[in-house]
Amino acid sequence: MNETQFKRMKDLPTTHLLGTGAPMCAGCGGLQAINDIYDVLGEKTVFINAAGCMTLLSIYPFTPFRGSWLYTAMASAPAGAQGVRDALDILLAKKKITPDENLTTVVLAGDGSTSGMGLSATSAAIDRNLDFIYICYDNEGYGNTGQQYSSATPHAARTSTSTGSAGFSGFKKDLFAIWAAHKPTYVATVIGAEPLDLARKIETAASLTGPRFIISLSPCPTGWGFDPQETTYIGKLAVKTGIWPLKEYKDGKVSHTKNPHVRVPVEDYLLTQARFKHLFEPKRNDKLIDEIQSKVDAYWAGITP
Amino acid sequence: MTRKLLTGNGAAAWAARLAQIDYVPAFPITPQTEIIETLSHWIDNGDMPGKLVTLESEHSMITAAGAAASTGVRTFTATSSQGLLYGMEMIYTVAGWRAPFVLINVSRALASPVTLEPDHNDVLAARDSGFLQIHCATCQEVLDATLIAYRLGEDERVRLPVIVNEDGFYLSFTREPVTLPNSDEVKDFLGEFDAQNMHFSASSPASQAVAVLGGSPYSYFRYECHLAAEKALVVYDEIRDEFEQRFGRKYDAVESYHTDDADYVFFMMGCFATKAKAAVDGLRAAGWKIGLLRPRLLRPYPAQAIRQLLTGKKGVAVIDQNLSMGKGGILHSELTSVLYGDKNAPSILISFIGGLGGRDISQEEFFEMAKQLKQATVEGITPAPRLLYTADELRQIHKLQAIAHVEREAYE
Repeated sequence: MNETQFKRMKDLPTTHLLGTGAPMCAGCGGLQAINDIYDVLGEKTVFINAAGCMTLLSIYPFTPFRGSWLYTAMASAPAGAQGVRDALDILLAKKKITPDENLTTVVLAGDGSTSGMGLSATSAAIDRNLDFIYICYDNEGYGNTGQQYSSATPHAARTSTSTGSAGFSGFKKDLFAIWAAHKPTYVATVIGAEPLDLARKIETAASLTGPRFIISLSPCPTGWGFDPQETTYIGKLAVKTGIWPLKEYKDGKVSHTKNPHVRVPVEDYLLTQARFKHLFEPKRNDKLIDEIQSKVDAYWAGITP
Repeated sequence: MTRKLLTGNGAAAWAARLAQIDYVPAFPITPQTEIIETLSHWIDNGDMPGKLVTLESEHSMITAAGAAASTGVRTFTATSSQGLLYGMEMIYTVAGWRAPFVLINVSRALASPVTLEPDHNDVLAARDSGFLQIHCATCQEVLDATLIAYRLGEDERVRLPVIVNEDGFYLSFTREPVTLPNSDEVKDFLGEFDAQNMHFSASSPASQAVAVLGGSPYSYFRYECHLAAEKALVVYDEIRDEFEQRFGRKYDAVESYHTDDADYVFFMMGCFATKAKAAVDGLRAAGWKIGLLRPRLLRPYPAQAIRQLLTGKKGVAVIDQNLSMGKGGILHSELTSVLYGDKNAPSILISFIGGLGGRDISQEEFFEMAKQLKQATVEGITPAPRLLYTADELRQIHKLQAIAHVEREAYE
């Protein structure tokens, strides 16, 4: 990767390529990220979608995409990408299409599909060194069905299927580590609230070939319980508290692209969202709050700045 | 044109090669695996062009097949049994994409209990998916039906994927002499794959398989799929005629064997119909007026042809190599539904279930079924459905149960 074209905020596009009027919820952190991602990837793309919130982007006869789209099912979007990629390669080899007609194959899937039933299809796509970009919008639950917990739900979060006083008893699955363990070309975490970091990573991903992965933490007003205007603020807090580390895996190495040297206490992040309200009301649950804080501290203790 | 001894699986692989397929998403499963091994060997050794990719499941395999066909290449795939069921979500899904490709299903009975040998419950689970279905009884038919399936599915009036079914073991692993047409003749018959409106490219972006909101657009697209499947009946007959002209072999949507003057008819699908033909020969030698009907097309269902062929017959023995738990034989239900209200229809339809999980149907059993059929038509009373099982088989299973008990007691 040579010089980035995104040196500062004013280098980012001022208008979005993705059409407006999509039926996503107001303040959708996933849509925020996809807007920025699409600006960089451009319209010579085919999005292969897994069942989730973003399936509703393209409803007959409308689509906000200027390029192509194929909806598959919940578990097999990477296999759909395999079929499209292979077919495009066959058409190119047979000179049925010219190289300028070629498209980048992009999987678009939520955390429920990605960390659950879609994981084996993803793992196998990496085995086969599939040339594609995988974008996971991670709203930390089965958002489209009303925020039931998924394996991407953080510890203690209240969801519609973890309504007890301790919230979700499990721990958020480390997708970044799982993907990186497969040694693909590229893995990165992003968030819409940090658009410069996001644009540079998509730029990097687009410049490479092979399996490339982007996971975007996607603050979800309806699922997490906050006012839609807080999306960017909460996203920034996720980074500042160290809860959402911005990092990338390339050439076998993991590096952090933003290191919050003085981390804001996780409590500031938890307090912004109704899904963590039970940690503070009616009685403060210091044990759980400390547990969350110490997990974050332990993560960063292992990171050399 | 050459003649070769080929298994059903070998014939399927040869059909794919002759059809000049571009792409094979694959996944191994008994008794299908020989098909993808054969194609893989040919592709790896430069005997044929194309790309074969092994996916991690049939669910992914069928997704990749539909996606590749939707991008505009001729696609071939194959599976069996549990694999077909594992991919069933995508069987239904890709049929609605209206992207034609051919899937060979090598029929094998379903768990539980898990087993390897054939019956038709696997392929019948795909009955309502939107895939068309052609059922074969010989290795030659596997080859020819696959070529016909490409023409049928790719026809602009149809545009649906097609399942070609062959029975596991009995057909998949049995060698028969098969006439291989020349590759140029097949090329003339099939033509190049015409993607029509299915493609993804930079200059003409497309959205495929998008969601709809509400029952009205949903119903519209489902009706379109159904009407296209119905239209495939007419298209099939056209292709049948052209195929006969070019290759000299004729495949009616319903095969009829000695039915013209018959009073009694066996009605069944797949390669066990060959056993029924032998029984028909034996019974005719003994003076019986009996024949056999074998639907090759299950979807679309050749209702009109079946009604015509059964006009004026006294009775039909429907032999189902499948079982709908709590209802009975699926072919029996299908046949009953198209004959109801037809005053020329046979008044007696007896349901027999047999050949599950590869269990043989013996000649004696065919004779017994014929006898029951004749008796029912004389008495004018339809007997209850029969599950074929012999006293000897029951003794054998009791032996196994006794051993199981002894083993358990010894352990305890």
